[in-house]
Amino acid sequence: MAAEIETQHLNAYFGDVHAVKGVDLRISSNRITAIIGPSGCGKSTLIRCMNRMHEVVRGARVDGKVLVGGEDIYGPGTDPVTIRRKVGMVFQKPNPFPTMSIYDNVAAGLRLNGVRDWKRLDDTVERSLRLAALWDEVKENLAASGVSISGGQQQRLCIARALAVEPEILLLDEPCSALDPIATAKIEDLLFDLKSRYTIVIVTHNMQQAARIADNTAFMYMGKLIESGDTKTIFENPEKELTEKYITGRFG
Amino acid sequence: MTSYNARKLKSQAAALLALGCVLVALIPLASILYEVVSRGLPAVDWAFLTERTKSSGQPGSGIGNAILGTVLLVGWGSLIGLPMGILTGIYISEYGNNWFGRTVRFFNDILGNFPSIVIGLLAYSLVVTVVGFSMISGAVALGIIMVPLVASTTEEALRMVPNSLREASLALGVPRWKTVLKIMLSNARSGLVTGALLAVARIAGETAPLILTAFGNSFWETGLFEPVSALPLVIFRNAMSPYADLQQQAWGAAFVLIMMVLALNIVVRLLTRLRFKSMSKKKVVSKIWLQRLRPST
Amino acid sequence: MSPRKAYENELAELDRQVTEMARKTQQAIELAVRSFERLDQDMAAQVRKLDEELYYLNIDIEKRCLEIIALQSPVAKDLRTIGTYIKVITDFDRIGRYARDIADVTGHTKDMAHFKPLVSIPHMAAMAEKMVDTSVKAFLERDTEPTKEVFELEDMVDSLYDEIFREIITYMMEDSKKIGFGINYLLVARYLERIADHACNISERVIYMVTGQRVVKE
Repeated sequence: MAAEIETQHLNAYFGDVHAVKGVDLRISSNRITAIIGPSGCGKSTLIRCMNRMHEVVRGARVDGKVLVGGEDIYGPGTDPVTIRRKVGMVFQKPNPFPTMSIYDNVAAGLRLNGVRDWKRLDDTVERSLRLAALWDEVKENLAASGVSISGGQQQRLCIARALAVEPEILLLDEPCSALDPIATAKIEDLLFDLKSRYTIVIVTHNMQQAARIADNTAFMYMGKLIESGDTKTIFENPEKELTEKYITGRFG
Repeated sequence: MTSYNARKLKSQAAALLALGCVLVALIPLASILYEVVSRGLPAVDWAFLTERTKSSGQPGSGIGNAILGTVLLVGWGSLIGLPMGILTGIYISEYGNNWFGRTVRFFNDILGNFPSIVIGLLAYSLVVTVVGFSMISGAVALGIIMVPLVASTTEEALRMVPNSLREASLALGVPRWKTVLKIMLSNARSGLVTGALLAVARIAGETAPLILTAFGNSFWETGLFEPVSALPLVIFRNAMSPYADLQQQAWGAAFVLIMMVLALNIVVRLLTRLRFKSMSKKKVVSKIWLQRLRPST
Repeated sequence: MSPRKAYENELAELDRQVTEMARKTQQAIELAVRSFERLDQDMAAQVRKLDEELYYLNIDIEKRCLEIIALQSPVAKDLRTIGTYIKVITDFDRIGRYARDIADVTGHTKDMAHFKPLVSIPHMAAMAEKMVDTSVKAFLERDTEPTKEVFELEDMVDSLYDEIFREIITYMMEDSKKIGFGINYLLVARYLERIADHACNISERVIYMVTGQRVVKE
């Protein structure tokens, strides 16, 4: 069910700004891969290329290939909408739909794609909320507004919402930066459990988080991929000096 | 005097000056209200509101047909203006980031600043020359006036919806048009409603275009292709007449019109306030869920 | 300008302390061997004092290393360096202890004298000292080159140890009056062999600290 991602000579632009420069990166399936790097290094842009969200911004364009499960998602005739159902995304600030209930939020992806069967929706909502470790906390109160729960719960709601459309890959863009340490820990545990079913890519500016949960880590700097590999190796004995300097905090 | 006291004094003086200006600005409003209420209220009684307009000297003259006419004109005008305005607003906001969109926005702003009598003239040349003075020509004029207003408020309301919601919907694999329709519009709902109601309140009072299009009618008339009466027209014509009773009717009509506009504005405010209150509890969804929830607890 | 000033200062302070410990260890060995050669009780007392200082340094440095790990989350080279500190201070402490043991042997020889001119033991001591000095040099300079010499010397020290053992046993078998003092030679040789072994440990840790590779015996 989970797929591999491979980028080949991937370049991404915002107008004239060259944000991602010739990145060749392989993401293993059923693993957590963390992408780290200083602000502005292009890590968020990189993952947004993996579900064709980058092109939503005006003036943005992509050059190169991104293979998901072996197929180029930028190939001629590919539909971004289909890609985005295969490759889900959770954003930095929790963004549940405020005019919808918790139930509606989780069901939104299916409902908006024409699913009307209540049984299927009910089952999907329960399954997704269980996967997101949120079921027990909200099952009595599914009609409550999506924004009436705490920040950490909202983020798990967004994860449930993304999982409800049954993606193969889950991309998370700094999902814990707006959350307190306990909520963060809950989400980290959750991701650990999810990796047996999905391929997970997480962008984080918190190196300790990458060190804690990621199997593989990729380090980016100024749009380029500097080094990627096994997390233990990166944090114990990195190959490139730039990587070493970044992770020991020797440049801001 | 210490500098603290001097500053305090200056501060108070400035506040007083500002208050004074506010009071001065309120004077015309207060005087209008006073005049209209004092001269108009006495003219209003049940007969006044239900009888049709008659010429001077005839007993039992009222503005019933004018009220009906205003309601119908505003209704038909909204039917024309609201959908066009909202769709224009959606286009400018969502798809208008190219030269065409910018041009549309530009012309939209210009149209919004057109003198309404010119729009009346346009409706005259387009519709009245074909079907004569009529409700439909009045509705067309009013609709055209509405479009830039509604388009602007729609665009504004959509712009206020956080981009994160749009992104969340797109990331779920929801096609763009559905995202706009379902997510953006539902979150911009209150802004859209406010904008629509304000536009309606505005056209309810438009006079100049109606002179050239609806023309006015002393009889009960609801046909689309017949001239129709309206409150602003009654006010206009009767205020200029030399007969005292007709002038009285003009004041009465003015009073009724102001009350209608006031009522609409109050409704808008209440709706806006209610929206914030109702954020906590939201819709229940699936009946199956309700059934399942009960046995499980 | 590195942004982690406080952290870098702490690392530098730690490095200074570990360096101090290395120097004191070298001193202790040197003094201990001299004290045995000359049967000098004052020197022996100095060695005992040095050993005590080394004991407290070991405790203090370990405490600081763990503090840095808890508070600063060191990674990569910093982590390997601190991990190395924790290990080598144990080696230094043990070396100091063996130096003291040698000094204690000296202490037990009051009013006694050597029964033979010392040749092998000073030779062995010189090699052990060289091994420690070279390891410390490799450590301070963060350079793995010198460690090759240390490993070569280890074999020589081991064979010297066997030699001394056989020689002294022979003496003791020939003349039972020599047993009393002969044991001292055996003990000193034993301690020197242990010191050399710890010097090798230090070299292995240096290789890990610099390259990240661990030296594993097949």
